[in-house]
Amino acid sequence: MTAIIERGAATAPVAQSEPPRRRPGFFGSSNGQKAVMAVTGAVLVLFLAGHMVGNLKTFAGAEAFNGYAAWLREVGYPLLPKRGLLTLVEVVLLAAIVLHIWSAVALARRARAARPVKYAARRKSQAGGYVVHVMRWGGLTVALFVAYHLLDLTFGVANPAGGAASPYQRMVEGFAPGRWYVTVFYAVAVVMVGLHLRHGLWSAFQTLGLARGRRGLQGAAGLLSAVLVLGFLSVPFAIMIGAVK
Amino acid sequence: MNLTLKIWRQPSPDDPGKMVKYHVKDVSPDMSFLEMLDVLNEGLILAGDDPVAFDHDCREGICGMCGMVINGVPHGEQKATTTCQLHMRHFEDGAVVTIEPWRAAPFPVIKDLVVDRSSFDRIIQAGGFVSVPAGAAPDAHAVPVPKDDADDAFDAATCIGCGACVAACPNGSASLFTAAKITHLGSLPQGQPERASRAKAMVERMDLEGFGGCTNTGECTAVCPKGISLDAIARMNADFLRASR
Ligand code: HEM
Ligand code: FES
Repeated sequence: MTAIIERGAATAPVAQSEPPRRRPGFFGSSNGQKAVMAVTGAVLVLFLAGHMVGNLKTFAGAEAFNGYAAWLREVGYPLLPKRGLLTLVEVVLLAAIVLHIWSAVALARRARAARPVKYAARRKSQAGGYVVHVMRWGGLTVALFVAYHLLDLTFGVANPAGGAASPYQRMVEGFAPGRWYVTVFYAVAVVMVGLHLRHGLWSAFQTLGLARGRRGLQGAAGLLSAVLVLGFLSVPFAIMIGAVK
Repeated sequence: MNLTLKIWRQPSPDDPGKMVKYHVKDVSPDMSFLEMLDVLNEGLILAGDDPVAFDHDCREGICGMCGMVINGVPHGEQKATTTCQLHMRHFEDGAVVTIEPWRAAPFPVIKDLVVDRSSFDRIIQAGGFVSVPAGAAPDAHAVPVPKDDADDAFDAATCIGCGACVAACPNGSASLFTAAKITHLGSLPQGQPERASRAKAMVERMDLEGFGGCTNTGECTAVCPKGISLDAIARMNADFLRASR
């Protein structure tokens, strides 16, 4: 005779999923918000690359640099109105920054809600990337810097040469040897941008699903970040040590 | 060896918990971490105290039941190792060891170190399956699977669903778990018809359960006892974006 042993279910019952009350949609989903961060980040990186290369014109002298600045206001003329393309770029950049910060805030809020009780033990990073853990504060530093930077060199409000001076003059006087602290502040901010991008560049590829199996991407992100940082720092340092006047 | 343990004690889901200090004596370096806790519990029971509740089943690293945050690291600092396979020889005599449950809003504590992981089950219910006509088992070579795809699927399928990825993630995200399931099924021909809808439904469920969003910190893969790679998350992102177009 076979004995039948009543053992009950092997696993506990799982509470059934209730259907979502309201579908969150693309921008309400974590993956959608990440994609916004990646795309807007990529737009900002493209701008930074162009901006860096443009800055190097300083080494070609006042005329070349001022000519370049004037050209930026005339590209496409007469097909486009004066300043047309520049204004378009400014609008796109502003939108990118706003959306980038929006998704950063949305993801940070999600993260906070997901871990209401903190760990008692200090958590050591196992991935070994300190850079990934300064993305939010680093981003905030960059945002503050961008505000100062615009006041200094774009509007000339915080610049000793004033808004009426030529772009080259504003650059040279802004970073004059006597104003070394401006250069130091600028350098700190640019290095923060570099650290932000060292993770961010690779992260954007990963978020858009393009990083799979591409082992070299992390290194490439580091290299490009380093090139951007060095390019951006070369001009103010050259002015500070008096090599460019 | 003798150890001092600081363990999270919480009598029930609704009671407040606290870290409690214990001393365990005569621990053999050949014991597993769970066997060390067994020794502690035997002592507690003899003394008429409530033993420390923790999840475990196979104790050979394949079921995914065990898991605790040891000195701030899920499953301890030993790489690619579940708590049940972690041996006491990796600790120093006289060490102080903090032991905490997985911390995430979607993983509420049931008692002490035991958390409710049915949010993972609901993510699976949302799309972690392939709908195939269930008949007799087909011949193994009836559907040819390219070797690379089979490898990807197999690597992802080694996920035991323990939840260490969530516990390690600074954002409390379940992306590595969800991505492992999406990669496992989506790499195989049988999983193709539902590939897009699966990614979308599972990500949606993950968000709804209250997990955070991924910011590619890599903490998850560093603590994963099965070493699931971030490539899985890239694939999830790609599938999700394709589904959202
Ligand atoms: C020059 C300006 C900036 C550039 C070029 C830039 C670029 C990027 C890129 C490419 C990413 C990666 C996208 C991804 O994770 O998929 C990223 C991520 C991020 N950015 Fe920015 N960003 C800039 C400014 C900011 C600012 C002002 C903030 C915030 C206040 C910020 C906060 C973040 C955060 C929180 C992340 C996510 C970090 C992560 O993935 O772990 N960024 N950024
Ligand atoms: S008890 Fe099964 S994996 Fe540890």
